[in-house]
Amino acid sequence: MLTVAFWFFATLMIAFGASVVLLRNPVSCAMSLVMSFISLAALFITLDAAFIGIIQILVYAGAVMVLFLFIIMLLDLRTEESRSLNIGATVGGLLVVSAFIAFLVKIISSTPAFSQKLPDFVGPQTSEVKMIGFTLFQTFWLPFEVVGVLLLVATVGVVVLSRKSLR
Amino acid sequence: MPTLANYLLASGILFAIGLGGVMLRRSIIVIFMSLEMMLSAANLSLVAFSRYGLVNGHQNFNAQILVFFIITVAAAEVAVGLAIIVSLYRARQTTHVEDLDTLKF
Repeated sequence: MLTVAFWFFATLMIAFGASVVLLRNPVSCAMSLVMSFISLAALFITLDAAFIGIIQILVYAGAVMVLFLFIIMLLDLRTEESRSLNIGATVGGLLVVSAFIAFLVKIISSTPAFSQKLPDFVGPQTSEVKMIGFTLFQTFWLPFEVVGVLLLVATVGVVVLSRKSLR
Repeated sequence: MPTLANYLLASGILFAIGLGGVMLRRSIIVIFMSLEMMLSAANLSLVAFSRYGLVNGHQNFNAQILVFFIITVAAAEVAVGLAIIVSLYRARQTTHVEDLDTLKF
């Protein structure tokens, strides 16, 4: 069951991720990215991280992608007219990407620790919500507060950037 | 059962697709979307390591909290980045990276 879910959602995630890069219309790219993020959230749930999966759907597939679509419609971006392909950039890009994948496969296949099976939980488990609450608000309370300040700074920065005349 | 290597490979391939998008695409919005994809791919490998590295049979939630912070920072980054793209579009009427070559050497 878990195996089927993993292969199904991993394939879906990579296929829609590839269509983000290959499609020409920015709206199709954004919708493909939404589907890719939803499949990624499903992969998080197969890893017993339901909290992260739900946050992924709410924040990424919801808020962030709506913001992207909003900007695409605001700027009225059409399908890119096909320009002559920059040969150097294309060949260089494909070379870097294939070298990256080759090294990744080599490193993952040569590390025996990575081929372990999914370990089972041992003993009584505290509920996930409770443990995330404890970790977030006891161990990491300071970073949590700092992130709040960061969001405030980002909000003020966006308002300043969007004004008609930058002084 | 999927192994840790399967998850790491899925995350690595998603990261590579995002990297390819950043290098091959020329619309600044799609480049930004590919960047978001690379960020989420890193999150997948963090969560996979957290699930496979149990501490005394219990899950270690530190990685999930780290992913939570990464998602929060990414949301702030998207807001600021898109505001920059809008003001860039206002100044130049284009989102095509090859038309934005003022800083080119």
